[in-house]
Amino acid sequence: MALLPPEEGWYFKKVAKDEKMWITLALVVCLILFLWMIVWHIYGRQNPSFTTYRTTPQEFNALATAFMEKYKTGEMNGIPVVEPSPNGDVFLVAKMWRWEPVLVLKKGQEYRFHISSLDVLHGFSLQPVNMNFMVYPGYDYVLTFKPTSSGEFAIVCNEFCGIGHHMMIGKIIVKE
Amino acid sequence: MFRTCDITGLKVDLNAEKLIKLNAVMAVVSLLVGVIAALLLVLTRWQVVHLLPVEWYYRILTLHGLNALIFWIVFFEIAGLYFGSTIVLNSRMSSSKFGWLSLILMVLGFLLVNSTILTGNADVLMTSYAPLQAHPVYYLGVILFAVGALIGVFLFFANLLIARRERTYGDSLPLFTFGLVAAAIIATLTLATGAIIYIPTLLWSLGIIKSIDAGVYKLIWWGLGHSSQQINVTAMIAVWYLGAFLTVGGTSINEKVSRFAFVFYVIGINVASAHHLLVDPGPSPAWKVFNTSYIMYIAVLASMIHAFAVPSAVESAQRRRGFTKGLFDWLKNAPWGNPAFSAVLLSIILFGFIGGVTGVVNGMEQTNIIVHNTLSIPGHFKGTVVGGTTLAFMGATYYLIPLVFRKRISFFGLAKVQPWVFGIGIAILAVSMYILGAFGVPRRHYDITFSGGPFTYTFNPAVDFFWVLFAVGGILAVIGALMWILVVVFSVFFGAPLRGPQDMQLQIASPPPPAKENHGFEAPGTLTLTLLFMGVFLIFLLLNWGWLAAMWEVK
Repeated sequence: MALLPPEEGWYFKKVAKDEKMWITLALVVCLILFLWMIVWHIYGRQNPSFTTYRTTPQEFNALATAFMEKYKTGEMNGIPVVEPSPNGDVFLVAKMWRWEPVLVLKKGQEYRFHISSLDVLHGFSLQPVNMNFMVYPGYDYVLTFKPTSSGEFAIVCNEFCGIGHHMMIGKIIVKE
Repeated sequence: MFRTCDITGLKVDLNAEKLIKLNAVMAVVSLLVGVIAALLLVLTRWQVVHLLPVEWYYRILTLHGLNALIFWIVFFEIAGLYFGSTIVLNSRMSSSKFGWLSLILMVLGFLLVNSTILTGNADVLMTSYAPLQAHPVYYLGVILFAVGALIGVFLFFANLLIARRERTYGDSLPLFTFGLVAAAIIATLTLATGAIIYIPTLLWSLGIIKSIDAGVYKLIWWGLGHSSQQINVTAMIAVWYLGAFLTVGGTSINEKVSRFAFVFYVIGINVASAHHLLVDPGPSPAWKVFNTSYIMYIAVLASMIHAFAVPSAVESAQRRRGFTKGLFDWLKNAPWGNPAFSAVLLSIILFGFIGGVTGVVNGMEQTNIIVHNTLSIPGHFKGTVVGGTTLAFMGATYYLIPLVFRKRISFFGLAKVQPWVFGIGIAILAVSMYILGAFGVPRRHYDITFSGGPFTYTFNPAVDFFWVLFAVGGILAVIGALMWILVVVFSVFFGAPLRGPQDMQLQIASPPPPAKENHGFEAPGTLTLTLLFMGVFLIFLLLNWGWLAAMWEVK
């Protein structure tokens, strides 16, 4: 009784059949939900990585600059275009309000992305695939991507990063 | 100083009553600010109108978050805590001096935070993720508000001790107050382990501390941000039980089950920030999987138990009153003309079918990849904290007006339709936001045409349709909220005084006749509805895991 103390013997009252059925079903579903996350780590192909390195904006910028110089093939709207070799490291810099560089990747190949921010938090949102990850300053987040579709993809920033947040958009091109 | 209520027969401590009134008034003021902000935001994000300039968009978004999610709800909860620990227990307020101190600190916090935001000194959004920095006064305001709220929570515990010592109630607390105890325990943990981050952040904004680690900030902040939503859920469920009792005389068909489910909330939510770090650098999968689920999604389980217990309380009471035909005769003959009843029922449906279902997808490690920071996230919590908590609190207010403010409800006809306008508006809004998020539309984003950016991107053209729905739902919900504010403000300040039981517009249901011996199902209608819910839930889960499997591979 919501406004009165419970009736005598409430603790020992048997749970009704339908309520028991529902609780059992709910419990089973909840246990499966938990186990499913583990199963997906073993058999699934989309799992957020937790490989992370401590870094600093200066250090990460230096690594990324060296990477861009090594693989640069051109420029697009003032942003370097970079075509890294498959199975190698890729550096992606987030800063107010740019993603650098533009990446040219090959479908079906793995790339070890290093993503970090030079200033505040940013959000890596790959469209239209709709995969979303956080980007921090001081943390080098390593995500190994294997593009399974080709074409042009946008990287939208989806963590508020200041007044120019809506202008922060990058590009990934995946070739067949 | 007491008065005896001529309607409920309860003793009412006048000091407690005054504090309840003032906290409730502040809650309404906060909601009004939040709702006006909401209207501006809807008309900005729907880019056909694109009302606000960019800096005002983020400013008003910050204002909306703080007022609608924090101030409105916490002021109302403090009022609810005082109500549940004094009037409900026939007991007195432990210290009205500290009650005033709590209120003054909270109001001061409210004023400092809102003025800092509106003067453009805290364009950091509600989460204020470091290294984004606001003016020190902003953090100070939040700290004052949190300390004030914490004092209110402690007063609640002190009130309980007094009531216990003076034996003003039987051996066990009423379920409503028991639920509030769970909420207050979570609140203490939340404020002590989460809000604490504002102290180093304040020192950092003053230049005393050199830097704040972005990861540490986010981890601790969400100890506040997420756990506080569990306070709201718990308080909302206490209100559901209250509503079932007041409107149809419904009581849990098994009190032990309901009480254990409240305990599950307390143990099931202590490292709640894990839900917000699922796609962040740092924490390991084991940490994330364990801390979002405690092996069995214990908080989700608790919600599902309440989702059966509350409607079955209504069903059982109605059946005992003779509405026994078929599966849903009890529901058809429920007091739909009582706005508190329709508010609670809609709150249960919206919380379960929108907030709950989407919350599990958001809270599983891998499927979080699909939704993180998209518009799906606010879509989800429009289902939980607006369609669920806010609507339940609105419903409860229809009893507070006559019983605590001693006023007749003005515009009673308007009050009757208000839960429907608000509930349907929020439902349309939440669902359209969730779908927009599934198309990849980001939350907290001024311009999804990316004008001024180096590249551009066009979302699936289907989003245009859902943006229209978003606007329709948003405007309906704003109208519903304003209707409620109008009814409440007019009743409280200009309404006809309530002279006695004959002036009550809402029924306080008498207890239903005792159940006949029954060895079959106690609530077959509720079981049917919950099974329907489970079906929707599982289909939605499978869809999301299917979408996930079709994405790029990532490890």
